[in-house]
Amino acid sequence: MATFTQGDVSFAVDEDGFMAEPEKWDEKIALALAGTEGVETLTDDHWKVVNYLRNYFLQFGVAPMIRKLCKETGFDLKTIYALFPSGPAKGACKVAGLPKPTGCV
Amino acid sequence: MKKTPDELLQAEWSPAGPDWLDPTVDFEARRGSWSYPAAPKNLKYLGFPNPREWSPTDADWKLPDDWQAILHRGLEERLAKYRSLRLFLDICVRCGACADKCHFFLGSGDPKNMPVLRAELLRSVYRKDFTTAGKLLGGLAGARALTPEVLKEWYYYFYQCTECRRCSVFCPYGIDTAEITMAARELLNLVGLNINWVMEPVANCHRTGNHLGIQPHTFKDNIEFLCDELADATGIRIAPSINRKGAELLFVVPSADYFADPGIYTFMGYLLLFEQLGLDYTLSAYVSEGGNFGLFTSHETIKRLNYKMYAEAKRLGVKWILGGECGHMWRVVHQYMDTLNGPADFLEDPVSPITGTRFDHAASTRMVHICEFTADLLQHGKLKLDKSRNDHLRLTFHDSCNPARAVGLLEEPRQVIRGVCNHFFEMPENTIREQTFCCGGGAGLGNDENMEMRMRGGLPRGSAVAHVRDTHGVNQLACICAIDRATLPALVEYWAPGVEVTGVHELVGNALVMEGETPRTSDLRGRPMLVPAEASHV
Repeated sequence: MATFTQGDVSFAVDEDGFMAEPEKWDEKIALALAGTEGVETLTDDHWKVVNYLRNYFLQFGVAPMIRKLCKETGFDLKTIYALFPSGPAKGACKVAGLPKPTGCV
Repeated sequence: MKKTPDELLQAEWSPAGPDWLDPTVDFEARRGSWSYPAAPKNLKYLGFPNPREWSPTDADWKLPDDWQAILHRGLEERLAKYRSLRLFLDICVRCGACADKCHFFLGSGDPKNMPVLRAELLRSVYRKDFTTAGKLLGGLAGARALTPEVLKEWYYYFYQCTECRRCSVFCPYGIDTAEITMAARELLNLVGLNINWVMEPVANCHRTGNHLGIQPHTFKDNIEFLCDELADATGIRIAPSINRKGAELLFVVPSADYFADPGIYTFMGYLLLFEQLGLDYTLSAYVSEGGNFGLFTSHETIKRLNYKMYAEAKRLGVKWILGGECGHMWRVVHQYMDTLNGPADFLEDPVSPITGTRFDHAASTRMVHICEFTADLLQHGKLKLDKSRNDHLRLTFHDSCNPARAVGLLEEPRQVIRGVCNHFFEMPENTIREQTFCCGGGAGLGNDENMEMRMRGGLPRGSAVAHVRDTHGVNQLACICAIDRATLPALVEYWAPGVEVTGVHELVGNALVMEGETPRTSDLRGRPMLVPAEASHV
């Protein structure tokens, strides 16, 4: 398993750079992951998405439906793509330390 | 996906390079055409052999010391157990009728993607170890020893077949080439050579009941959210029951239908239909998955996953099972369930509570496809429909491989689409029905790291979609499989931009006129309909 290191932040990642141990996520890791997603700084809007995803994940154990993410944050899909160029599942979820979903998705 | 469609079309279809007996695969150079190995945690969870960290680009794949003996014994056992496998290995005359029928060969030009040659990779080893000619004559008889390189070649090409069975349609002997791939993958699993996109869903299915790892409270929450969306869209509040004993029917769907776009709109369509009918059904948080990735793993895994469905039907005391728009679930139910777990004699012969139709063909599995169920409703005029509510959509239909070729479900989805839409156009006849072309991402290959191979395999389907887009203005590609709904959006974006992917019951949900509904001006996705709301009830 690969290790991602940036400054004093270091954590295990899968082949696509998603956190291998999501429970170890913190805000410093979010900042480091954002850099890998072409997001230079995390604005309040970014944090609104990331915190929603994180809290949802802690409660439900998976990522939310994208439609639900849009409804709960008030951002449409276009806005989410503007915030996270790889999109909600591959960009925003990665920054929030969620594992990559698998199956018929 | 870095390569453009033009670059991808530069494939060379005249076999060149070294003799086919040379097994060398350069995994580093072929990134984009293979899938990541299974994470050890998933194999450990399932009790599968040889969990470890490794990559196909490593020189050492960390195989067990006696891997050759394990595979020899494994093949020997399967030859004894599955007469079909021995028959398929013996009977092929290498006529090549299948060669240009495979979407992966058409899109890549790689000769080892000709189904005959893919099968020959296994057959050559069978010949060496289990036939007199091969034992005596070796390479002259097309026999090869099982070396580490041959094993790596197996891994590359048997996880480059989607088990779609288009080649089998053209085989004069009726060889089911998917069963060759299934046997090869079963062998590969014995020494820990598997892909994560298959094994994580299998592990999740054992843990939480579905591919995505959705737990019961999340299952309930997702469904309630979709019901809120439906209430906003139609003014009708639906509260489907979950795990309710004594319901007449158990309804089983692929998990992506209550999680991912665009499957969630198909799910909304199911719920609207059942509400309007007053159907006595229940969902189950235990059988929260129709898909069975055992089909891409081993017969034992198929059996274990399929059993859950029938165990739950028995526990809940339902009469029969209704199944949603899932693809390979139907191959398992139609062609393996009865042998592995059947007969389902604790259930009743399926009879539609609305029309009284007996689904005699499901007398053994006691499981009916929702397209059969809905086509029967339409046939009997049981639904009030406003087809003009789908007038903003111009449809074509992608026959999903398994419902089409494994179940013969060719007419029913078309009857439903024609029943609820005014604008339906078929793709060319050699790309539909039993000749349908794969989405390029079935059998666990629908992951991102395999995207180049998916787009190569998607070329025939994509070209056919582009054709009806250009000739008929088609803007919707309908299908009845959750893998399709997950993989086709990327395919059409690449090969046929401007087309969206939809399930069939999403279209039903748009057109269904329900008692007590608010005027509808937009479809289930919120896209404006062409007709004014006042006219939609006419």
